[in-house]
Amino acid sequence: MEQDWIAGLFGGLMIGTAAAMLLILNGRIAGISGILGGAVEGRNLPEGLAFLAGLVGAPALLALGGGAPGISVTTSAPLLLAGGLLVGFGTRLGAGCTSGHGVCGISRLSPRSLVATGVFMAVAAVVVFLMRHVAGGA
Amino acid sequence: MRAFAALLSGALFGLGLIVSDMVNPARVLGFLDFAAISTGTWDPTLAFVMAGALAPMALAWRLSARRAEPICGGAFPGPSSGEVNGRLFSGAAIFGAGWGLVGFCPGPALAALGSGSAEAVVFTAAMLAGMIVHRYVTRARQLA
Repeated sequence: MEQDWIAGLFGGLMIGTAAAMLLILNGRIAGISGILGGAVEGRNLPEGLAFLAGLVGAPALLALGGGAPGISVTTSAPLLLAGGLLVGFGTRLGAGCTSGHGVCGISRLSPRSLVATGVFMAVAAVVVFLMRHVAGGA
Repeated sequence: MRAFAALLSGALFGLGLIVSDMVNPARVLGFLDFAAISTGTWDPTLAFVMAGALAPMALAWRLSARRAEPICGGAFPGPSSGEVNGRLFSGAAIFGAGWGLVGFCPGPALAALGSGSAEAVVFTAAMLAGMIVHRYVTRARQLA
């Protein structure tokens, strides 16, 4: 368990450094749902697509080199689809996700981001509680 | 130059999600399962990831306040002036519900997609559909 939090901290530093780079170099906020939603709407295309290419491409190169991470998804297909729809719709309505509100917004103490992060964390925790401890397993 | 900077940032972001194991929904759900604190099986990793990510970003905001413009041109984002409103609440709640169901949020879903996870392909397709639905709902409202 001890290596886990060290890896978490180090990976987090990489994520934060990536977001810091995007702000200082390009003046953009590294909110994934914002960048993805912008690309869907055809806004800020060259930069947005380049960011997304890096985000998908670097893990793909790693996987090609034999370094694919173990990814464990136990959710059934219908719930996977429902979850994706909710995440896509909700992040656009609420203008941000874990990266945009959680990392970029909280680090500038934005009231909107603090509230949004509190709300999505709390709702997610309630859903996990219901799935695991009330409904009896996902 | 701007596109290259964005590519590098995206790549580092994706690798950070893999190193921290946030690309793995089981890990995220293990954090969100706060009832597990009492049984000693709670996974605090996500809190360390957030702490690690917030530090460089907080520095970057300070640095940006001292610069007239970004290194590759353009402009810095304005102050976060938006109000805390119903849209923010309901959007965050809807997102949280989906996040809790699966354990994927947008960044990790895309990094997992790159890693070759079939579940991430399904999830991302649905997520894009959700974004498109939002776009049409917003447009329909503006026209009404």
